Amino acid sequence: MNNGIAVDLRNVVKRFADVCAVDHISMQIRDGEFFSMLGPSGCGKTTTLRMIAGFEFPTSGEIFLHGRSVGTTPPFRRNVNTVFQSYALFPHMTVAENVAFGLRMKKTPPADIARRVTEALELVRLGDYATRRPRQLSGGQQQRVALARALVNHPEVLLLDEPLGALDLKLRKEMQLELKSLQERVGITFIYVTHDQEEALTMSDRIAVMNAGRVLQIGTPTEIYERPVCRFVADFIGETNFIEGRVESVEPGGIATIISDDGLTLRGQAIRPVAPGANVTLSIRPEKAFLSVQPPPPGTPNCHQVRVERIAYIGSDTRIDVRLGVRLFDLWEQNSRSTLDRDAYWQPGETGYLWWPAENAIILTE
Amino acid sequence: MAADTLASDSQQREGQIAALLRRNERLQLGLLLFPGLFWLVTFFALPLVVVVLYSFATNGPGGRIEWTFTLNNYRTLFTESLYVNAYWRSIWAGVWTTLVCLIVGYPLAYYIVRRPPRWRTVLLFLILIPFWTNFLVRTYAWMIILSNNGIINSAIQALGLPRVALYPSEGAVLVGLIYGGLPFMVLPIYASLARFDFTLMEAAADLGANQVQAFLRVMLPLTMPGVAAGSVLVFIPTVGQFVVSDLLGGAKVDYLGNLLQRLFTRSNPPNWPLGSAMAIVFMIVLTMAIIIYFRVTTEEDR
Repeated sequence: MNNGIAVDLRNVVKRFADVCAVDHISMQIRDGEFFSMLGPSGCGKTTTLRMIAGFEFPTSGEIFLHGRSVGTTPPFRRNVNTVFQSYALFPHMTVAENVAFGLRMKKTPPADIARRVTEALELVRLGDYATRRPRQLSGGQQQRVALARALVNHPEVLLLDEPLGALDLKLRKEMQLELKSLQERVGITFIYVTHDQEEALTMSDRIAVMNAGRVLQIGTPTEIYERPVCRFVADFIGETNFIEGRVESVEPGGIATIISDDGLTLRGQAIRPVAPGANVTLSIRPEKAFLSVQPPPPGTPNCHQVRVERIAYIGSDTRIDVRLGVRLFDLWEQNSRSTLDRDAYWQPGETGYLWWPAENAIILTE
Repeated sequence: MAADTLASDSQQREGQIAALLRRNERLQLGLLLFPGLFWLVTFFALPLVVVVLYSFATNGPGGRIEWTFTLNNYRTLFTESLYVNAYWRSIWAGVWTTLVCLIVGYPLAYYIVRRPPRWRTVLLFLILIPFWTNFLVRTYAWMIILSNNGIINSAIQALGLPRVALYPSEGAVLVGLIYGGLPFMVLPIYASLARFDFTLMEAAADLGANQVQAFLRVMLPLTMPGVAAGSVLVFIPTVGQFVVSDLLGGAKVDYLGNLLQRLFTRSNPPNWPLGSAMAIVFMIVLTMAIIIYFRVTTEEDR
């Protein structure tokens, strides 16, 4: 009936006074998927999540939960649970009472409550903490209580609002993997809001990249990173070099040659059909361009002799800024050899040959 | 030259005192506690002892105190209907006043907390404004409002209805008491609510609690300290007051405070021993009431 769609947003708009927080959003979130909404603060991702939870009602448009319209259904009548950014654990209750809260509200028999609370706490590895108060737990433990408190209700959809935001980096990385494996085990649809692109890439089956109340692109992490549809997505996810120019010619298969504003001839893969003469932006990620000491064989595309301006050694990679035309071009070289030899690394002032295969660069029209 | 020596001498002495204080923590503590302890002993503990002693003394002719031990004062309090009734009347007035202040004050405090910060300050300010006028004057104002020719009766008359005798009455007393107590209820509850994390209400709703359940299980328990503080601040002064019942009750019915005032100053001859006994019983009853109240209301926190 709902064709495996857990949440269906159709033309959803949310206005607060004169601000349009969510501007005609449509998307379908599949059953059992780990779906992330990713964007800078103020992009409308949290508002969208809050509308799915029922804390806000759409100004217009419709929201379906497994085929049922829930436009103005209050949160306590939706079988959806939220993990809040601040965890929002009840400080006057023990961990077990917190987890039992939802079941008590549903008048679940006490014996079932006890069993399910124990199970939920085991699931998040907090079995021994049932009688503690939230304030006696660490941030990571509180986070897991919040998860258990939501999951114990077997929600149709679990909503997570930047749940890892308050944790330190190491714990955050651990929790990312733990969340992902937990989601796979319980099989519940997770809708995850974050502004951290790495977090979204690590955990998600699909990601919606949002900005200014709109969805710019929905896709798998690979699609989002490798085939961004516009400048914003290319810029927000990962790092990239942008070079503006005008299309010179297009070959079959979408490989286009462009002349940059400062006169360089460059080649890249067009994501959408382009015609000669169109103003476009070429986007090339720092790890997809190469710098060699010897000139590459003649006919190598996008080959330019460049001067190294700055280097930054960051352990796994060396980040190199080279002068390409009027701009500094950023490229990363993996430090795959373990050596202290200075000659193994680029030094500022040296010259080399910058090049990349045409399909490593993409041509954006927006 | 001599002045120099003097100065360095006193500096040296200061240094020695400071060193002594640093070494001797007991001395430090004693010095810090002295002002407070002195105040409490002189102005609270000693007078209380005097009151206790008086309560077991005998009232002689002309209001003279005779130091003959007796329990008659207490016996009078628990047997004569004048006193028993006054106790009950005062406690009931206190309970009703506290209850009404709570029912009116909690939503009011909630409303203020939910306004934008700028408005919150303005509204709190409005709550505090009455304090700038003497309480007696404000109580007189109620006499004018409630009197036969007052604002309310004029309005009723203008509608062509017969006047209502609003004042003096026990109802008028209650109105005055609630009016006076309300700010003392609103402010502590406001303070509690201002610290309350309203995300918890969303969390409760998210977990299936309707508004009433969320209020009873989350917001009320977490703002109980404010409710308890407000209740005590309203209850105690209300039970002991005598001004409002004198003015708005027309001095016709006796509350605790009125009897106390009469026994000590107005009656001829005065009866200090009986008044003292009354004050002691009053204190014990209130202390017990408050202990029970705190036990009940703050249970959740332990």
